[in-house]
Amino acid sequence: MSDNKLEHDDHTGTATTGHEWDGIKELDTPLPRWWLWIFYATIFWSVIYMIFMPAIPGLPGMSAEGDHTRGLRNHSERANVAAAIEALEASRASGFEALRGASIEEIENDPQLLQFVRAAGESAFGDNCATCHGAGAQGFVGYPNLNDDVWLWGGTYQDIHDTLMYGIRTEHPDTRMSIMPAFGRDELLSNSQIQAVSDHVLSLSGLAEANSEGAEIYAIQCASCHMDDGRGDRMQGAPNLTDGEWLYGSERDQVINIIYRGPYGVMPGWEGRLDDATIDALAAYVFLLGGGEDATARPTGQ
Amino acid sequence: MTSSQTLQRSGFDINLAAVGLITLLGALWALFAAAFAPDAAMKGQSWLILAGFLTGLLLVVGAIARGGVIVDQSEYNEDLIKAGVIASLFWGAAGLLVGVLIAFQLAFPVLNLDAFGFTSFGRLRPLHTSAVIFAFGGNVLLATSFYVVQRTSRTRIAGGVWPWFVFWGYQFFIVIAASGYLIGITQSQEYAEPEWYADLWLTIVWVAYLLIFLGTLWKRKEPHIYVANWFYLAFIITIAVLHVVNNLAVPVDFFGSRSYPVMAGVQNALTQWWYGHNAVGFFLTAGFLGIMYYFIPKRVHRPVYSYRLSIIHFWSLIFIYIWAGPHHLHYTALPEWAQTLGMTFSIMLWMPSWGGMINGLMTLSGAWDKLRTDPVVRMLVLSVAFYGMSTFEGPVMSVRAVNSLSHYTDWTVGHVHSGALGWVGFVSFGALYCLVPWLWKKKGMFSKALVDWHFWIATFGILLYITSMWVAGIMQGLMWRAYNELGFLEYSFVETVEAMHISYIIRAVGGVLYLAGALIMIYNVYRTIKGDVTETDEAVVPQPALAE
Repeated sequence: MSDNKLEHDDHTGTATTGHEWDGIKELDTPLPRWWLWIFYATIFWSVIYMIFMPAIPGLPGMSAEGDHTRGLRNHSERANVAAAIEALEASRASGFEALRGASIEEIENDPQLLQFVRAAGESAFGDNCATCHGAGAQGFVGYPNLNDDVWLWGGTYQDIHDTLMYGIRTEHPDTRMSIMPAFGRDELLSNSQIQAVSDHVLSLSGLAEANSEGAEIYAIQCASCHMDDGRGDRMQGAPNLTDGEWLYGSERDQVINIIYRGPYGVMPGWEGRLDDATIDALAAYVFLLGGGEDATARPTGQ
Repeated sequence: MTSSQTLQRSGFDINLAAVGLITLLGALWALFAAAFAPDAAMKGQSWLILAGFLTGLLLVVGAIARGGVIVDQSEYNEDLIKAGVIASLFWGAAGLLVGVLIAFQLAFPVLNLDAFGFTSFGRLRPLHTSAVIFAFGGNVLLATSFYVVQRTSRTRIAGGVWPWFVFWGYQFFIVIAASGYLIGITQSQEYAEPEWYADLWLTIVWVAYLLIFLGTLWKRKEPHIYVANWFYLAFIITIAVLHVVNNLAVPVDFFGSRSYPVMAGVQNALTQWWYGHNAVGFFLTAGFLGIMYYFIPKRVHRPVYSYRLSIIHFWSLIFIYIWAGPHHLHYTALPEWAQTLGMTFSIMLWMPSWGGMINGLMTLSGAWDKLRTDPVVRMLVLSVAFYGMSTFEGPVMSVRAVNSLSHYTDWTVGHVHSGALGWVGFVSFGALYCLVPWLWKKKGMFSKALVDWHFWIATFGILLYITSMWVAGIMQGLMWRAYNELGFLEYSFVETVEAMHISYIIRAVGGVLYLAGALIMIYNVYRTIKGDVTETDEAVVPQPALAE
């Protein structure tokens, strides 16, 4: 910069720096004051924040929990989170206390408890179950609808609770377990036999004409689990084939496919993943969705 | 300008020999990888890598046959910039197209086309981010930095064949990375997805880039280094450091595609966001500020507003930016003191960022009328306005209390895109609209009206994008934290997704508009280069040749 031949910009009257690159010059405008003062203010604010909040690590003599300055507020986000969770749990405690050991009749007859169970169950359901069963528990192909009164493994409060705890086809010893053979893939039946038995099965729900060949195959291959009349057996999770409800779809192709490959639907067991109180609430919530059965109601296959 | 017959060529010099050796070794490695790769993905990709290196070898042989590359010191290397301009437009369109596709995938999941694994959102999302940031943005930075450093140093680019090595090597890196994502090769670190062998290749290319840039500055004919070059240099050096440290990894097999990062757990997370945040800070901010500092004063014929401000905001920006990364890890396992560090440095970053905005906008003083007459100036100015907005929004979002609402929501996505579409995109388009008539020696663009259309369509697209994401993000954050009076979460996750459906559609439409603007630009550039320019644009001034 040579000060003796300062060039001034016509428009602003400001001096240039005297440099030029490819036709570009620079003005020697001072820093805008507002800019500078806000910059200082943010630095000042940051220093204050560091004084009040955890900021400096590894000073001499620091270790473990106290390995950094906690600031004048003695702030610890972990402690805050722990306290918030504790407070939340305390606010729910009386509800879960009332739920513990309550029968479904007691829940239904206590409006306050009922409201609590619905809130607790809906929240847990939305975050854990809705992924497969849908936000409205309406289910999808392969994932049962929980609003109706069709139950594969039983629809009493206790049945639902057990299913939730140990899951379906998990590794837990008490899990719901059964295996339907893959009749096609494992070459137990020919393709034409599978088609015949599919027609027979559909006819049980009135969706196809009767098929005598299929009926014969059914009697040999299927009746041991699904029962002679096709009404299924909940002890083995063998669905009722006469009720017009189809877990894997009621199209002929879908039925053929499922007999061919043999379904192996899995639901995780929630014991240990969710606490017992939440599982109680979930079981009651699912029960109350509309299809829960009295302990004495054993409509099919029992 | 000298005629092309008499231009001085390098001959078969040591530079060509070195580049030839690198491509030969690369081809050999790819050949061995094709034979011995332990994983199917690498086996497939090695053929592509082999093809790339063999192409490179052919180019080297071709250059030798022609008597070496042109190194004539009496002219600027403009072919290099032309190639960069075309590559930028190509990758820009590709990256935006994938962006539009994944935006529609989020609104309509059936578009994931599950039957083909490579069309899923998980594969295409890094393809989009890498394509727009590194392929489009990176090529714009390569092209403009090579242009600006030559012009403001009044000398031809240094390094003989090496600038071409950097250009083609960078394109090759993009192809390796992008094809890798599609077949499932990723190290799963955001914006650093390419695996170890691609990272190594980029390191070689990047070091060459740095040396070329320094070499050109070294032989400059001006007494001082122009401010744009400070920003470019900061960008090149810092990206080198970030890239190397964040990608430190041990390959499972010398010919395989898998590796494991050296750092684990929260150390890995912190390093990743030190990298990720400064990819924004130095790639998408410092580098593009370099563009702004050259193209705005150049286009409006006004001096830069304040030299002092440029010094102070440069040094404060690069000093403070590098500490701000931990704000990506608020309320995580990262120690709280580190969160404090990230947050306070983000707050202090506000004014250093705005220094660039002030210098960009105030350079127009005395030339504001050009906003009415020149759509390119309008684009450049709006880009600076978006820069100012996002660099205010960023510090706000880094405040822990705000972050507890905004983090993990689509507000972040909206914030990123106001910076990416508004700032990076528009300043790039503005610079390219300047460069095309200058480089191809035309008196203007084919159609100024189409530039105007590009501006308005894209601006409307950005507004749709960021407003829909603000609404979606803030709603999502509020729904996540809502408790009912009994102490249970009010909404399940899937209910928040459902509530955002309409915002996702609006966002995708915004993306379509932005893409449409870019396609209009490509058409306009194509017609310009083809020579269909009929009108003279008084805003386009022919640039002087390098006079000896």
